[in-house]
Amino acid sequence: MELNAHIPAGPLAEKWDRHRFEMKLVNPANKRRHSIIVVGSGLAGGAAAATLGELGYNVSCFCFQDSPRRAHSIAAQGGINAAKNYQNDGDSIWRLFYDTIKGGDFRSREANVYRLAQISVNIIDQCVAQGVPFAREYGGLLANRSFGGAQVSRTFYARGQTGQQLLLGCYQALERQVAAGTVRMHPRTEMLDLVVVDGVARGIVTRDLVSGRIESHVADAVILGTGGYANVFYLSTNAKGSNVTATYRAYKRGAAFANPCFTQIHPTCIPVAGDYQSKLTLMSESLRNDGRVWVPKAKGDRRPPHEIPESERDYYLERKYPSFGNLSPRDIASRAAKEVCDEGRGVGPGGLGVYLDFSDSIERLGEQKVRERYGNLFQMYQRITDDNPYRTPMRIFPAVHYTMGGLWVDYNLMTTIPGLYVVGEANFSDHGANRLGASALMQGLADGYFIVPATIGDYLATAKLERLGPDHPAFRSAETEVTDKAKRLLDLRGPRTVDSFHRELGKLMWENCGMARSAAGLRANLQLIPELRQEFWRKVNVPGHGEELNQALEKAGRVADFLEFAELLCLDALHREESCGGHFRVEHQTPDGEAMRHDDQFCYVAAWEYQGADRPPVLHQEALVFENVHLSTRSYK
Amino acid sequence: MTPVAMNLTLHVWRQASGGSAGTFVRYEATGVSPDMSFLEMLDVVNEGLIQQGGQPIAFDHDCREGICGSCGMMINGVAHGPAQGTATCQLHMRSFRDGDTIYVEPWRARAFPIVKDLVVDRSALDRIIAAGGFVGVSTGSAPDGNAILIPKADADLAMDAAQCIGCGACVAACPNASAMLFTAAKAGHLGMLPQGQPERMRRTLGMVEQMDAEGFGGCTWHGECQKACPKEISIDWIARLHRDYIGASIARREDAAVDLSI
Repeated sequence: MELNAHIPAGPLAEKWDRHRFEMKLVNPANKRRHSIIVVGSGLAGGAAAATLGELGYNVSCFCFQDSPRRAHSIAAQGGINAAKNYQNDGDSIWRLFYDTIKGGDFRSREANVYRLAQISVNIIDQCVAQGVPFAREYGGLLANRSFGGAQVSRTFYARGQTGQQLLLGCYQALERQVAAGTVRMHPRTEMLDLVVVDGVARGIVTRDLVSGRIESHVADAVILGTGGYANVFYLSTNAKGSNVTATYRAYKRGAAFANPCFTQIHPTCIPVAGDYQSKLTLMSESLRNDGRVWVPKAKGDRRPPHEIPESERDYYLERKYPSFGNLSPRDIASRAAKEVCDEGRGVGPGGLGVYLDFSDSIERLGEQKVRERYGNLFQMYQRITDDNPYRTPMRIFPAVHYTMGGLWVDYNLMTTIPGLYVVGEANFSDHGANRLGASALMQGLADGYFIVPATIGDYLATAKLERLGPDHPAFRSAETEVTDKAKRLLDLRGPRTVDSFHRELGKLMWENCGMARSAAGLRANLQLIPELRQEFWRKVNVPGHGEELNQALEKAGRVADFLEFAELLCLDALHREESCGGHFRVEHQTPDGEAMRHDDQFCYVAAWEYQGADRPPVLHQEALVFENVHLSTRSYK
Repeated sequence: MTPVAMNLTLHVWRQASGGSAGTFVRYEATGVSPDMSFLEMLDVVNEGLIQQGGQPIAFDHDCREGICGSCGMMINGVAHGPAQGTATCQLHMRSFRDGDTIYVEPWRARAFPIVKDLVVDRSALDRIIAAGGFVGVSTGSAPDGNAILIPKADADLAMDAAQCIGCGACVAACPNASAMLFTAAKAGHLGMLPQGQPERMRRTLGMVEQMDAEGFGGCTWHGECQKACPKEISIDWIARLHRDYIGASIARREDAAVDLSI
């Protein structure tokens, strides 16, 4: 396997324009003869499907939810970055590019990130034109707020529901194409395998989640926009259905998986309340604009927050990182919270929490203003915890939120399998070892609206594709594999539920591969995960049968893939003997506990190639070359 | 402080598939924590059912933060249960008392056929959007985001309507199973903004006609929809939709002579 990122030549600022000119085009009359499969209907997949439909391609779009509008992009709260510099506060494409590279701890590609910053401005224009009701100033102009890792105000938002509004804009564009007949939507349909014929991606095998029918779909190219794998930790802020299956299946068919150990733990989530907990809820990073994070200075201080005087509080983010303060990047804020909790200064049950306090802002701005900015988030917090955050500080704790790793893609977003493209969180491309807040929506939409619709044309215009139907042996054998796997699961009828395995896997991952990772913990996981997987395949109980709506079977298939994928994640974490971004190896830290990178050894993308069930995957390295920014130690002090 | 666990009696609608007959089945939910969400309570019931060799209760859910709109069930006859402005996933068991009996049913509407247990088919809502619930602007052709000023009050109002999560509670709560609040919220959101003006009339007619074609009932102003709505969207939007629909219908008659196909 050869990793060629296909980064265009020329100066950084001209690469994308030049590349767009150099790519081959598909004649408008020929576009409808090309069929494209898009899996996933979130910001990346939905935007790609809608835009490719507008261009005239023959598009089929698949999602496991009952409607494309429910993809998990919908839950993004805080906002979307764009280098508009509407605030005249010194922003520029170059600054957004630099912030993103630095925020990612110098583990992403310069050319990709620069293109992302360039496109960011078009995204806002596009969304406004679609009728996305972004927040506005009284003068009628778009409003902005600040997010972590930046000293400018470049985040556009729609109350605390930015992801929802952007996704609805995208979904409406998609439905417009459904009505126009260019996109055929397949809801409640899950991709269970990728089909590769003569080395190129030619389609997918799906399960109709209502009838249970296994079906083959043939196309000239396949785009995966299937999101991240944070649910490998069981408890995360992801939707319950979010899974790794599509990308993991593609990996097993030959697509390299890049940097799986780069996972993001978000500092501001509602702490776990009990064993029955099914997921964690994020409290938007935007709250850190006006909320101050603190814990008591003394260990084991159990007084209620209002009884702890100012002088006995430790606003540890402001103390340790005075220039970024409460808006330090996510990885840093999460680790700092873990540290104070490890010191015994955490608050709430089990000492696993820190305060996010709005009293200063309420005093300064008035409760009304705070309500206007964060009303729905405060309401959500109160609903879950039964505490009123206008009166007592919120209690928050880090939780798994996003995964920077994903399938390896080149500059064109194509994987190591020709004809297979990956967009959004499902690819690894732009966030390095840590994603900055309000950048996921930006990347998903950049990939979906602007990048893949341009680059896929170049492939379709030049690829020589044989005509084939779903009765091709490659499709038939993939169908058989998928059917057999479901049958095996259904025949086991063991004593344990799927969820019990998922929970156990999540615990192993959180304890040994979470906010702080050690070689010993990772080695332990590499032994325990295969054992758990074996037990799963002996003892799981999947009730019902395959020819019906069977949610237990859906879950079982996803957990089976997580149980394999978790091993790859830990292997990657073990091999990366450095700390960077969200990947913190306890063996590699500075005397004051900050992440220590080893650029001389690890300034590369780790792309893993599957070798079969019984053999370890092979590591390929794509060296990261920095020609425009200086590799420095990240400092937010 | 450990919250006191509750014991509840559930009567849950079980139906193997759309074509088969359904019935209520009684389950005892024991040791329920008040901090659990309603869906987490059902998770625990389902774990028990699977372990006893039974079939788990099927229900739609995904984000569990009240924003994706997947979940939704009638809880004691109320869409999304007793808490105001709350989707089922955000309803917590502290809304109930120890010893309560709870009836759980799927959304019931002709336009929402039952798929299994508490799962219904809401694709009719997607088809209403496809019939005009968008701004017809293709990728790449947009002017600068600040080129058109939008008064803050208009943007805020548009956002009030745009919050709709498409869960279908308004339909389930309505005695007529009307989708007017859903349709009005989307038409209203886009109709409030300058970007939505060129297609405003066409959109209104398209969406309303599709709503009728799907078999949703008409609005007779019961107001149940806004009470059930997890985003508390106001029925004022329905009044606005009525006004646009009347205007659009007249315009269509007048324009028929010049063959403006709407």
